[in-house]
Amino acid sequence: MSVVAENMAFGAAQRVPDTWWRRHQMALTPVLLLLPALAFFGTFVIWPIISSVDLSFYDWDGIKTPEFIGFGNYIELLHDPVFYTSLANNFWWLVLYMLAPVFGLAVALYLNQSVFGIRLIKSLFFFPFVISQVVVGLVFGWFFNANFGLFNRLLHAFGLHGLALLEHERTATFVVILAGLWPQIAYCMILYLTGLTAMNPEVIEAARMDGARGMKLLWNIIIPQLRPATFIAVVVSVVGALRSFDLVAIMTVGGPVNASTVLAYYMYQQTFTAFRYGYGAAIAVVLFLIMDVYIALFLWRMLARERG
Amino acid sequence: MFPQPIQKSSPAAQALYRTSLPFALILWLLPLFAVAITSLRSINDLNAGNFWGWPTSIDLVKNYTEVFTRSPMGRYIINSLVITLPAVAGTLVLSSMAGFALAKYRFRGNLLLFSIFIAGNFVPFQILMIPVRSLMVNVFQVYDTYWALILFHMAFQTGFCTLFMRNFMKQLPDALIESARLEGVTEIGIFWHIVLPLIRPAIAALAVLEFTFIWNDYFWALILVQSDSVRPVTAGLEALKGMWLASWQLISAGSIIAAVPPVLMFFLMQRHFIAGLTLGATKE
Repeated sequence: MSVVAENMAFGAAQRVPDTWWRRHQMALTPVLLLLPALAFFGTFVIWPIISSVDLSFYDWDGIKTPEFIGFGNYIELLHDPVFYTSLANNFWWLVLYMLAPVFGLAVALYLNQSVFGIRLIKSLFFFPFVISQVVVGLVFGWFFNANFGLFNRLLHAFGLHGLALLEHERTATFVVILAGLWPQIAYCMILYLTGLTAMNPEVIEAARMDGARGMKLLWNIIIPQLRPATFIAVVVSVVGALRSFDLVAIMTVGGPVNASTVLAYYMYQQTFTAFRYGYGAAIAVVLFLIMDVYIALFLWRMLARERG
Repeated sequence: MFPQPIQKSSPAAQALYRTSLPFALILWLLPLFAVAITSLRSINDLNAGNFWGWPTSIDLVKNYTEVFTRSPMGRYIINSLVITLPAVAGTLVLSSMAGFALAKYRFRGNLLLFSIFIAGNFVPFQILMIPVRSLMVNVFQVYDTYWALILFHMAFQTGFCTLFMRNFMKQLPDALIESARLEGVTEIGIFWHIVLPLIRPAIAALAVLEFTFIWNDYFWALILVQSDSVRPVTAGLEALKGMWLASWQLISAGSIIAAVPPVLMFFLMQRHFIAGLTLGATKE
C-alpha cells in the first residue's frame, strides 16, 4: 500500500484553492469521465440501432430517396422461403451450439489433472479459439472438400465412398456448424477449467466422505458449483450462434442455393448484393429481436446479482 | 479436486491417461496440422493429388517467401496492426474512464447506463451495419480508410470493456478513495494516481483480449474498407483465396501467417488472456 500512500501524498501536494470546479467536481467528474465513451457508443452503436429499425419501414436501394412502406418489408419476409430457411438454420445453430458447453465440460474434466506438460496441452487445446474464424473456415472448408479433403481420404481408407457434404443442401449447414463448434468448445473448456480450479476442494472431499462417487458426485456437487461458468458458457454460445456470419461467408457463401444461409448472412446479401437496404434492415431487426430475449435474460441476472 | 487426481489411480490407468493426451491433442488439432503440412508442400505434390501423404520436397521457405512477394500479405499484416493497436488503446482509455465513473460514483441513471453498455455489447452486427457504413461514408468521410475500422472497433468494444472495467473497479475498497478525498486529492487525481495503478491487471487482460478480437474481425473489414492498401489480414486472406484458387500451399501459408500474431499474443500473455475471458466464471 505504500505506493498508494505515496500517490495520495502526491495528490495532496497539488492541493488547489477552493474554486467552482473544486466545489462541483463530485458531480461533474463522472459526467466528464462518461462523456467520451457515451459519445462513441451512442454514435456507432445506439443510434445505428434506432436508424436500422427506422430504415426497416422503407423501400430503399441505397441510392434514390427511400420510400416509406410501413410494414411492407416484414409482410414480404413472411412470404420469403429463404427467410424461413435462415430462421431454421439459425435454430439449428442455436440448438447444436448448446453442445459446446457439454463438450467443453467433458474436455475440461479430461484435462483437469496435474501431470507433466498439462499446462501446454491445455493451451494447445484452446488454440482454435485464438485463431480467426476466417482461418477456421478455410481449414474446415478444405478438410471437407469433396475432391481432396482429408475427410474423404479417411472414408476411402475405410473403403467408403466420398461425400460432398458442403455441396449438399441438406448437410452444408451442419458442416459449417461443426466448424463453429470447434472454437466454441475450446472457449467453454477454458471457462470450465477455470471454474474447476476455483472450486472449494473441501466441499468435494466432504462429498467423497459421504460416499459420493463418479457421475453422482459430478451431477450433484460439481455441476451445481460450476453454475457461474455454465451461465457464461451458455451466453457466449447463444451469442456466437446468432452472430454466425464469418464461417457461412467463408465456407459456403450461404449455398448451395441459400441452403446454409443464416439471418446475419442473408441480411448482408440482401443489402449489398440485391441492394435492398430496407429489406436487409428488416431481417436485421428480426435477428435483433431474437437476440434481445437473451440480452434481457443476461441483464436481468446481472442486475439481480448487483442488488443481491 | 475433481475428477480424482490420476496419481491415485492404478499405474495402468495412469499410463493410459498419459498416452491418451498426445493422441487426443493431435486429433483435436488435426485440421491445423493439415494446414501446417500443406503450407510446406510443393505445388507438384498438390497437382499430383498428394495432399495428405509424405511431402516429396519441403518448400517451406519458397512458399512463405512467395506469399509475401506474390501477394499484398505483408501489407495486410501492417494494416491489421495499424488498425488494431490504436483501436485497442482507444477502447482502453474510453472504458477505464467510463468504468470508473460507473463503479465509484452514485448518480441517477448509473445502472441504466451500465445496462446500455452491456446490452450494446451483445447486439448482432447486422443491426448496425447499414447506418454505420453510411456514417463512415457520408458524415465522417473515412470509408475505406484505417479510421473507419479504428473508430468503429473503439466504439463497439467499449461496451464489453466498460462492463469488465466497472466490475473490476467495483472491487477496489471505497475506503481507499474516501481517504484520498479527505486528504484533498482531486477526483481526477484519484483516478490517475490511485485507480489506474491498481487496475493494471484489468488493463493487461483487456489489451490481449481486444487485440485478438479486433485482429480477427472479418465482418467489419468487409463492410468498412475495400482497398488492398487498408484491408486487414482477415479480409485479405479471403480475397487471396479467390486469387490463388488451387494454390493451397500458399493459402495455407497465408492462414498460418494470419494466425501467428494472435497466437503469439495468447502465449505471451496467457494468464491475462484467460483471466479476461473467464471473468465472472467463478463467482456467483
